[in-house]
Amino acid sequence: MENKTEIDLKKIDDIIKNYDGAKEALLMIMQDISDIYNYVPPEIIPVLVKQLGVRESLIYSVATFYKTISLKPRGKYIISVCTGTACHVRGAEKIMDAIRDELGVAEGETTTDSLFTLEAVRCIGCCASGPVINVNKDTHGGLDRSSTLKVIDDYKQLAS
Amino acid sequence: MAKLKNIEAFEQLKATLQDKSPLGGKKLISLCAGSGCGAYGTAKVHKSLKEELKKQGLQEKIEVKLTGCHGFCEKGPIMVIHPEGIFYPQIKPEHIPEVVEQTLQKGELVKSLIYKDPASKKQLIHEHDIPFYKLQKRIIFGNNGLIDPTSIEDYIAVGGYSALAKALFNMKSNEIIDEIKKSGLRGRGGGGFPTGIKWATCAKHKGTRYVICNADEGDPGAYMDRSILEGNPHSVIEGMIIGAFAIGSQDGYVYVRHEYPLAVTNLTIAIKSAREMGLLGKNILGSDFDFDIHISRGGGAFVCGESTALMASLEGRPGRPRAKYIHTVESGFKESPTNLNNVETWANVPVIITKGADWYSAIGTEHSKGTKIFSLVGKVVNTGLVEVPMGTTLREIIFDIGGGIPKKKKFKAVQTGGPSGGCIPEQFLDLSVDFDELAKVGSIMGSGGMIVMDQDTCMVDVARYFVDFLKDESCGQCNPCREGLKQMLDILTNICQGNGKEGDIEFLEEIGAMIQKFSLCGLGTSAPNPVLTSILYFRNEYEAHIRDKKCPAGICKPLFHYEIDPDACTGCTLCAKKCPQDAVAGEKKKPHVIDQKNCIKCGICYEGCKFDAIKIC
Repeated sequence: MENKTEIDLKKIDDIIKNYDGAKEALLMIMQDISDIYNYVPPEIIPVLVKQLGVRESLIYSVATFYKTISLKPRGKYIISVCTGTACHVRGAEKIMDAIRDELGVAEGETTTDSLFTLEAVRCIGCCASGPVINVNKDTHGGLDRSSTLKVIDDYKQLAS
Repeated sequence: MAKLKNIEAFEQLKATLQDKSPLGGKKLISLCAGSGCGAYGTAKVHKSLKEELKKQGLQEKIEVKLTGCHGFCEKGPIMVIHPEGIFYPQIKPEHIPEVVEQTLQKGELVKSLIYKDPASKKQLIHEHDIPFYKLQKRIIFGNNGLIDPTSIEDYIAVGGYSALAKALFNMKSNEIIDEIKKSGLRGRGGGGFPTGIKWATCAKHKGTRYVICNADEGDPGAYMDRSILEGNPHSVIEGMIIGAFAIGSQDGYVYVRHEYPLAVTNLTIAIKSAREMGLLGKNILGSDFDFDIHISRGGGAFVCGESTALMASLEGRPGRPRAKYIHTVESGFKESPTNLNNVETWANVPVIITKGADWYSAIGTEHSKGTKIFSLVGKVVNTGLVEVPMGTTLREIIFDIGGGIPKKKKFKAVQTGGPSGGCIPEQFLDLSVDFDELAKVGSIMGSGGMIVMDQDTCMVDVARYFVDFLKDESCGQCNPCREGLKQMLDILTNICQGNGKEGDIEFLEEIGAMIQKFSLCGLGTSAPNPVLTSILYFRNEYEAHIRDKKCPAGICKPLFHYEIDPDACTGCTLCAKKCPQDAVAGEKKKPHVIDQKNCIKCGICYEGCKFDAIKIC
């Protein structure tokens, strides 16, 4: 996918300053960067190397170890299907199937129009309303196949 | 917010605030804004409530509080009107005008909104009459419904930070540690190690000491720590300050999941206001004790709940555990003596210091003291967070508080302890829940997840689910965990797909025993538990999958199909209308038939049939 992200280096500097440039904060710094771009653009990695004084290998090691960090661009809406135990016994797999069928992407993939990324997340702690999904930071609970498809449709409408 | 420079200033503030306390008889509406109720739309309800109060001229007379989780998440959003304790569940914006006019203006109840107990079919008006709450003992979680988590004043008004004042000015460090030891408090994060002994050992080691709060609540199906942090963050902060004072530490960290944004926000606000009031930072309450807390957000790695992995993550590295030849109390974070406890454990500390070890240890069983918060989820009527004394039986929790299994289905098992725990069958329902009793039946307390499973849950699928989860979360350092779990998953997947063969069960047991014995950290050594306990108690289900190629619960798709019982089918056409594949056919008022070729086994017809006419075959 050829879509180079415009990087605002001032914003990156501000994020690093928020943590006093501490290398221990590497993970949180990358999470904050992800909040802006939905992923950590590789162009930023040399900046982190320089400003935090860490090796490039450590950055890749941290970025690939933790699930909240992605080095690949993600969609405008990140759908996280909760696959915690409570949601699992209440049918999370069926919700995942419904979204997979509807969007034509597998878990971890992004739709070709860059609108949706489908992910599985371990428990988000809304077990009482399971099965649940998060779309970006909004939680939708008590789902079945048809209400899930309606949620997806609502976001499609919102984007169009 | 003025800085409290001495204990007298604190006592004075507390007296002023207690006059305004929500317990003082004032009209107050408490609206749950925890993540669970939030997902059901608390924000909209709050907005219309504010508008309606203004419209009816009540905004000055009635206070509205957005509180943390009340626990009864199934019925969210929850509204409680104090001082009476009138309980309105599942409140929506359209109910608000009536509530304000009837209940707040005229003092009358809105009958259609009153909670109806599914067991007795009676309408119950007050929160304290509802079986879900009545049978609990909420010493840790009780204030959640009364205080605004973003207000330090609210916390002080219900007695908050009094334990800290007592510890700082009336107790010596060793006396605090002795009190915690005497209370019998054991770690609520999973291991159940005696907290007082951990503190004492850490305090013995020289160097810069650290205290850490483990809020990387990873067990799927457990969310009590999130709800404490969201609803009462100061109780955790107060516990940490007392612990730091007792151990002799000046630096504390809370390692919290990134997936809990509200917990992070409320904790950040709480730490900031505690600093402003002089309860964190230099010379706390005018004493010569300095202590501050920093927040670190985790990155969605289950293994980081393990103490050494968590500390590696705090240092900015991938969270891989190390062998614990040397314990973290001696050499942990930054190779310094580190005391780590989980959220609920820290929240117990102020209660113990305020009420005393004797009071605390009178609650619970011989070796497990106090209460425990369980997250009662899955196939149970009253889903939510339940705080009960240690020693309460599974039956009391699941049936008396939880209201039993929905849709009159049959209880099959309860899974405790998350992916490291086990599945407990019906024959042990009268087991007293504490650390030791759960261990006796092959499970663990863990952090308190309690996932109820009914006749429609396939135990082989559940075992496969946990192994799949743990295989993904294995950090990959040690062979037994990395390779062993993969092998177990392959076998379980084969069984679920109908390709199981004789000897698979025995092989699973053999690999499981190997992983338990030789893995590096707690994740690995406990990983086979869900498989081994389900084989122990539900071997017949494994055998049905392997020998008969049948999934009795109707979960493993290649091993069952749906059929309509012509004698039970009334031809109501509901299933035909709902089927997304148009795979159900039949005339009105005549038995319907499923076209097996088109059926995707989504279960919509099975769940929706009112006459139990659809059978798993």
